[in-house]
Amino acid sequence: MSNYIKLIVLGLIALFAAIGTNYARDLAYQVHALLVMIIAGGLFIWTLRNTDEPDILVDRSAEYMDDVIRYGVIATAFWGVVGFLAGTFIAFQLAFPVLNFEWAQGYLNFGRLRPLHTSAVIFAFGGNALIATSFYVVQRTSAARLWGGNLAWFVFWGYQLFIVLAATGYVLGGTQSKEYAEPEWYVDLWLTIVWVAYLAVYLGTIIKRKEPHIYVANWFYLAFIVTVAMLHLVNNMTIPVSIWGSKSVIVWSGVQDAMIQWWYGHNAVGFFLTAGFLGMMYYFIPKQAERPVFSYKLSIIHFWALIFLYIWAGPHHLHYTALPDWASTLGMVFSIILWMPSWGGMINGLMTLSGAWDKLRTDPVIRMMVISVGFYGMSTFEGPMMSIRAVNSLSHYTDWTIGHVHSGALGWNGMITFGALYFLVPVLWKRERLYSLQMVSWHFWLATIGIVLYAASMWVTGIMEGLMWREVDANGFLVNSFADTVAAKFPMYVVRALGGVLFVAGAVIMCYNLWMTVRKAPAKEASLTVAVPAE
Amino acid sequence: MEEYTILRQFADSWMLLLLFAFFVGIVIWVFRPGASKEYKDTANIPFRHQDKPATSKEARQ
Repeated sequence: MSNYIKLIVLGLIALFAAIGTNYARDLAYQVHALLVMIIAGGLFIWTLRNTDEPDILVDRSAEYMDDVIRYGVIATAFWGVVGFLAGTFIAFQLAFPVLNFEWAQGYLNFGRLRPLHTSAVIFAFGGNALIATSFYVVQRTSAARLWGGNLAWFVFWGYQLFIVLAATGYVLGGTQSKEYAEPEWYVDLWLTIVWVAYLAVYLGTIIKRKEPHIYVANWFYLAFIVTVAMLHLVNNMTIPVSIWGSKSVIVWSGVQDAMIQWWYGHNAVGFFLTAGFLGMMYYFIPKQAERPVFSYKLSIIHFWALIFLYIWAGPHHLHYTALPDWASTLGMVFSIILWMPSWGGMINGLMTLSGAWDKLRTDPVIRMMVISVGFYGMSTFEGPMMSIRAVNSLSHYTDWTIGHVHSGALGWNGMITFGALYFLVPVLWKRERLYSLQMVSWHFWLATIGIVLYAASMWVTGIMEGLMWREVDANGFLVNSFADTVAAKFPMYVVRALGGVLFVAGAVIMCYNLWMTVRKAPAKEASLTVAVPAE
Repeated sequence: MEEYTILRQFADSWMLLLLFAFFVGIVIWVFRPGASKEYKDTANIPFRHQDKPATSKEARQ
């Protein structure tokens, strides 16, 4: 019966997309309509071929649902390399403008590829890492199989479709020009559906948990899912110009729009890249260190303080704008108070290793996790400092901001994800150990040196260009033209791009290592067969 | 009064008090007597049920 409903829905979607392909007002919409038509048509045929086949019901309630997590791990590694490569390429484009090829103008120039890079690393790499690890963690800490059966598969594949629609849209010019919220209205609607399914799977699993308590990692993951849903809905209140075109107009206007955009933008950092990844930290660091978190009380206070404070920090992106002073001061004050929970969480993560610091010498995976928490501490120190109005007057619009973002994203989000992947692959593919710990060490050093090159060159060039912009001569005239600052930044841009090369190289080594772990590492004999107890 | 002023006044007074009181309440709750023992058990959740879900017999209520 449910197959017939599926067939009707898929048929209607394919038909609508076919009409859309015909009537499309712009290229991005046309390509997307074609893509949706092919996918919906393919699923229609696939569903049709399976309709009225005898159901083979296997009771899997005594096993965890790990196949979707295995797919998520592969997707994370894949999108990671894609996103890092895109970033390294655009770093070279900035250093050597000739790489904005004449034949690809309007498609592969810096302006089109930059959102492709940011979305690929944040939403494709980070998002897949969050979905995969949250599905892993919620099952283990709830002692229950994922709720909703194949809904988890819908979340996974639906999210991949979102990524493909977003990425192709940027290259073809379908963008609403809101930073980190570039996808146009129909992609936003699709993400909303996928996200509601994600929330349902996650909450459903927590509700049917067998542990009386909800482990702290789940609180962080849940805050991430719920808040991102809220941010996404409010920041994407757009009215499409036509149902057959990708262009839409936002309902907010002027400074309200700017404030909502940065309320979204900063909480994308706070809840996507911080709360979600703290969920990872609170599970994978104790697991890898083989000891419980340093202070569970601190973790609860950390959680509530973080979510109560982060949500107000957005206005610090709008110093010296049309935003009223009281609002940007509010944002600045809350950003500075955020030091407390951020460092509380960092201390909690690091001190989990107390009594096991020797593991840092022998286990490169825990080394990766520890340096990620170190980078978390560093960038959550730098961020509040940059939010102070006087500091911001120097740092805003300079490369310092880009350096800050990357020490957080590459150092904290990247490294904790790599650590989680190194933990997950042997467990999920039932291997005794990783293929090579030496390769993990190589990855660790390449990535760390890459980040240091990146952050250091961006500090230098950021502060330099900030000082050059404000330099005035004895008569009060500006000394430097904008082009002077661009010329002065060239050596630092090359260093930054080289840092990116090192970071990509580390990620490629990781992929090879994980691949060989699945192919070559000895299998874990005992757990190969999952015994289902007769009850 | 216009809508903005009403909302602003509410946000500056009662809502601020409510959120602050909630947060202080959480901190007091975390340090309640007997909490340490309970949290010790909760903190060890990651080290249970690693390979398969809990059966109904094992479930800890």
